[in-house]
Amino acid sequence: MTCKKNISLSVNGVTRQAEIEPRLLLAHLLRDELNLTGTHIGCDTSQCGACTVMVDGDVVKSCTVLAVQADGKEVTTVEGLGDMEQLHPIQQGFWEKHGLQCGFCTPGVMISMIGLLKENPNPTEEEIRDALEGVICRCTGYQFIVSAVQHAAQLIAEGNAVKETTMSTGEGR
Amino acid sequence: MIPNAFDYIKAGSIEEAIQLMQESDGEGKFLAGGHSLVPLMKFRLTNPGKLIDISSIQELKGIRQEGNRLIVGALTTHKQLYSDALVKENIAVLADTARTIGDMQIRNRGTVGGNLAHADSAADLPGVALALEALMEVQGEDGKEVIDIDGFFLGPLVTALPETSVLTSISFLIPPSHTKSVYLKYAHPASGYAVVGVCAIAGVGEDGRIDFVRIGINGVADVAYRATTVEQALLGELPTAESIQRAAALAAEEGEIGNDLFASEQYRRNLATVYTERALSRILL
Repeated sequence: MTCKKNISLSVNGVTRQAEIEPRLLLAHLLRDELNLTGTHIGCDTSQCGACTVMVDGDVVKSCTVLAVQADGKEVTTVEGLGDMEQLHPIQQGFWEKHGLQCGFCTPGVMISMIGLLKENPNPTEEEIRDALEGVICRCTGYQFIVSAVQHAAQLIAEGNAVKETTMSTGEGR
Repeated sequence: MIPNAFDYIKAGSIEEAIQLMQESDGEGKFLAGGHSLVPLMKFRLTNPGKLIDISSIQELKGIRQEGNRLIVGALTTHKQLYSDALVKENIAVLADTARTIGDMQIRNRGTVGGNLAHADSAADLPGVALALEALMEVQGEDGKEVIDIDGFFLGPLVTALPETSVLTSISFLIPPSHTKSVYLKYAHPASGYAVVGVCAIAGVGEDGRIDFVRIGINGVADVAYRATTVEQALLGELPTAESIQRAAALAAEEGEIGNDLFASEQYRRNLATVYTERALSRILL
């Protein structure tokens, strides 16, 4: 019998504690223990990227991370992006540009693309397709996903421009 | 897929990690990024009784230059490797290769030390490490030692790393400034792993003849290898399409070329030759 471990991590800004077996995968912790079922498990072999979440700001495949490895870390899942009143720009992009059909891969694709946009706020189509290597979508053929990411990049840039204007003029505080 | 049950403990220092490993009576495995180990455990191809997490040991992190070498901490992730200014400036081929490993998520998490200690010939770093004359800096119960990369890979997933020792850093040669280098791979269309990967580094002296050449080949053989016969066939030669073709024909000589459902031995031999020729042509012609 192996010893259970107590872990404490921040998930979408909320501190969560759990007593877990060391072999529990992060994807299973999120889905089965914390009921955050937006993180999907597709291939379960670190190929498809449906389980992608952010750990301390880095996008990772949660089917290949042990929950104990996330102890003390900050995890962001699709539930932490935005809500129906205030979508995250990436969600807005996927919404407006129809970046999905069945939606199974979408949480992982959106989180991965946030990883891309953090590093490269204005990616070319080629750079977006390159970054999509870590996710698999079997519906859309990727073209709409690329458009959604480009749209999201534009929304983020516009949002930043608005912020800069309000800061420099002192308006909108 | 769920791994077999195991105990988990975090090591705070290299010394503690070694001690924990000694106490595990052969049941232990070191865990860094987990991107080679965890998939194997999920398939239950390996079932360690205890994981010793070394991922927060500071001494295993960081990249620095010492003379004509870069010392890369074992916990350096592939992303840190290809983003690092020292690496990009001094050993571009190492950065370029790290950029092609797996995908964005895997590069964020997988480590250089873990990749090399896993000793999968189909990974991308082994060929580059061979061409860059890597020195594996290891710390164990009897202190520190250095294992030359030429004697490090013993078999598929088997290395010369003693069981209770930690791979602490990898020292890579900064190639002479007059050389050029490239890593070319033919990736398996489904998995992305290298069916063949060739790292070639070469330079031409003032007399117009090749005076420096290193070639590391991964993927085609059970164990990544350095193609010294190709190197010897090129040294002192003029860099021409003919001399490159003649030398590249020897690319499969030193490997125990594998054979699987996807690629026969003959096909792999051909790939090794073709990719070696392309890599050398790219940097010499």
